[in-house]
Amino acid sequence: MTKEFKRPDGRKIDQVRPMKAKIGVVPNADGSAMFSFGDTIAIAAVYGPRKMHPQHQQDPEKGTLRCNYNMLSFSVSERIRPGPNRRSTEISKITEWALEPILMIKKYPNMVIDVHINILQANASTRCAGINAASLALAHAGIPMKELVSSVSIGKLDKTLVVDVNKDEEDWEEGEGATDIPITMTNSGKITHIQLDGKINSKELKEAIKLAKKATEEIYEVQKKALKESIKLEK
Amino acid sequence: MERKIVIPGEVIVSGDDYLPGEGTEKMGKDIVAIRYGLAEESSRLVKVIALTGVYQPRKGNVVIGKVENMTFNGWLIDIDSPLTAFLSVAEVPRYVNKDGLNEVLDIGDMVVAKIYSISGRGIDLTIKSRGLGKIEDGMIVKINSNKVPRVIGKEGSMINLIKNETGCNITVGQNGLIWIKGTKIEDELLVKKAINYITEKSFVSGLTEELKKWFDNEKGGKAK
Repeated sequence: MTKEFKRPDGRKIDQVRPMKAKIGVVPNADGSAMFSFGDTIAIAAVYGPRKMHPQHQQDPEKGTLRCNYNMLSFSVSERIRPGPNRRSTEISKITEWALEPILMIKKYPNMVIDVHINILQANASTRCAGINAASLALAHAGIPMKELVSSVSIGKLDKTLVVDVNKDEEDWEEGEGATDIPITMTNSGKITHIQLDGKINSKELKEAIKLAKKATEEIYEVQKKALKESIKLEK
Repeated sequence: MERKIVIPGEVIVSGDDYLPGEGTEKMGKDIVAIRYGLAEESSRLVKVIALTGVYQPRKGNVVIGKVENMTFNGWLIDIDSPLTAFLSVAEVPRYVNKDGLNEVLDIGDMVVAKIYSISGRGIDLTIKSRGLGKIEDGMIVKINSNKVPRVIGKEGSMINLIKNETGCNITVGQNGLIWIKGTKIEDELLVKKAINYITEKSFVSGLTEELKKWFDNEKGGKAK
């Protein structure tokens, strides 16, 4: 690894963009949260558990999780056509898979928990911000869960591994180009989701997971603080 | 143990001296929270009290609901819970003509009922008890169902204070709907205001005393 590697925004290679988390941003929802990485802002709203509709999708054995990821038309510099598209459908499914292992929804047969994720502003790592917000919103909705999950994207720019890629880094073209690896982990270090877009060798992948572990611990602290501070206990 | 806010996955206490209660699970030696809320310990039982989320119906709860639909042998009642509730004609304390179901309760009517059984398929309600039945007049206020224990207070101290101060009849449904009935509409509005005050300040301890002061203030303002 080159020691003198410079990131476009001057961050250190293991530095996450400034994070913000807030609970209860959607008053009409049963649980909601906002999470941001620098300029990437995601809000998540949870509705339910409630009766699954359409009825033929009901599962009498356990509850169902249904996620909906949506990028708002003004979230990027060039207006995007609103509504579901190939990319958002895929990310919705990925988010479901990332969150399902932590939920304990066996006691909600024939019911569904709806998670709606909206990206207000995008500067790469939107799915990670979305998962982080969704994890907080599910906790806020009082859904029984084993742990919280935190998500971060690791990038390989040419030959250097960096934490929390932004748009400039995502479009990296020098050398080997950019490889984006979004990773979701629980606080105890279990991986619930990992994606890889590009080329990487096994040694570097192990290194990337180590970096992700360190970064998710930082994110977890932000999430924990947001949840604890949203209720004020007065003496 | 002091009450504290816990998040899912957080270890509340460890050791074999404690038992896991509602909202917690034992993992190895630790008692871990599986819900977000307030952790509390009483006689070695550790539990997490939920502060947010939807209403979870429980057997024996008195709830207030709206008649949503009618079937040939009863009514479907919306009680703001994940499962729809059913009130059977057999659970009405008087004779009901099979053709005259709508004379007892019609679509859109509000009703105070008690949950007598919960199965995987749904909730069964009854109105065969004192204080239950159709709501004829008065006012309905909706609050977050997690704040109902605060509105009632320790052994009903809070709700009795409001009743004494305003002279209104108040029925609190566990699902967060509150039925207020007084002789004057001003009294009913004062109760509504008091309930909103409680829900806003629900984390203040010694709230019953605070509410007494609040009532003195409100009434003093009116006398002038």
